[in-house]
Amino acid sequence: MSANIEQKVKNIIADQLGVGEDEIKITSSFIEDLGADSLDIVELVMAMEEEFEVEIPDEEAENIKTVQDAVNYITTHKK
Amino acid sequence: MRSLIAGTGSYAPAKILTNADIEKLVDTSDQWIVERTGIRQRHVAAPEEATSDLALAAARRALESAKLDPADVEMIVVGTVTPDYQFPSVAAVVQGKLGNKKAFAFDLTAACAGSLYALSIADRFVSTGAVKNALVIGADALTRITDWTDRNTCILFGDGAGAMVLRPTDEPGRGVLTTRLHTDGSLVSILLMPGGGSRDPLSQKVLDERSHFVKMNGREVFKVAVRALVESCREVLAAEGLTPADVKHVIAHQANKRILDATLERLEIPASRCWMNLEKYGNTSAASVPMTLDEANRAGWFQPGDPILMMAIGGGMAWGASIVRW
Repeated sequence: MSANIEQKVKNIIADQLGVGEDEIKITSSFIEDLGADSLDIVELVMAMEEEFEVEIPDEEAENIKTVQDAVNYITTHKK
Repeated sequence: MRSLIAGTGSYAPAKILTNADIEKLVDTSDQWIVERTGIRQRHVAAPEEATSDLALAAARRALESAKLDPADVEMIVVGTVTPDYQFPSVAAVVQGKLGNKKAFAFDLTAACAGSLYALSIADRFVSTGAVKNALVIGADALTRITDWTDRNTCILFGDGAGAMVLRPTDEPGRGVLTTRLHTDGSLVSILLMPGGGSRDPLSQKVLDERSHFVKMNGREVFKVAVRALVESCREVLAAEGLTPADVKHVIAHQANKRILDATLERLEIPASRCWMNLEKYGNTSAASVPMTLDEANRAGWFQPGDPILMMAIGGGMAWGASIVRW
């Protein structure tokens, strides 16, 4: 299931940030490696909330800095 | 009977503050501001200019464009969060300066959604025949409540005013068709000016805490704004049996280019259908929708009967959308 989540997260990131999926590693940092800014991250969080039907509060979103962080959060909180 | 937008007007103060000017005030850069907001400059009211002065200038232009004698206006509503005085209203000041005695005049507070709220209320009076001519104004001098030491907010705001004249029409296929308004008061804390009101009257403490300025949680506002605007636009489109493809023009509160891009993308409306001017004016709060409408109108963007989607959201959170056939 986690692999499936990881793939979906990568799809969302590729779509939102306009980067190739092959550039996205599990360790990639949104800001440092993928060129996201603070509003891109808000949009990423929104897209993940909608795709996985989870709520990611602002204070939690601040700790989601890498692809791994996102996959971990969703795996833990997905209903 | 429906109400028709019979005239529009707008006014922006003469002084311009560019991103380069703001670079001298806080740690920021033109590129940073443009990438995150789309804003390049904003207009700033002169020290002697109050919100009513901006409102009056926009109102006169709207009356002129509707060929309406100021004395004949029967209702004046001003959406504003930066009134000249705590009371009475900006609308009363404007009525006095127009030399009008006939209109009842009041302000309403719905922050950046103020002019859409005002339009909706005036529409009820005009379309029911209660009044023949209504003047709807959105006017704000947000730079007066801007914290020029806060790099997250001071880049966003500008001053201005916009106005619309509503009058009844029996012409089929024209007029204000549907407006829907919403509020979520559980979100008061994400965008507000906390100090200087009855909760925390002006005091040395308020000044020290700088709570007499706008406070905003930009990330939360972004999320709420995109979702609320999309839902609200879908609601008014459905009410009129329209699809996003039927929308000829979009007049949206110029909050932030990224918010509008995300909203239009979700609605599947091409960005080219949305008149943008926030690069010139920044976020002018309640003034934004009628200023944008006026600019597009004077550029000849609208033909009679064109379906226009209008949307706005602001502190409260308060938001709404409207379908107007020009």
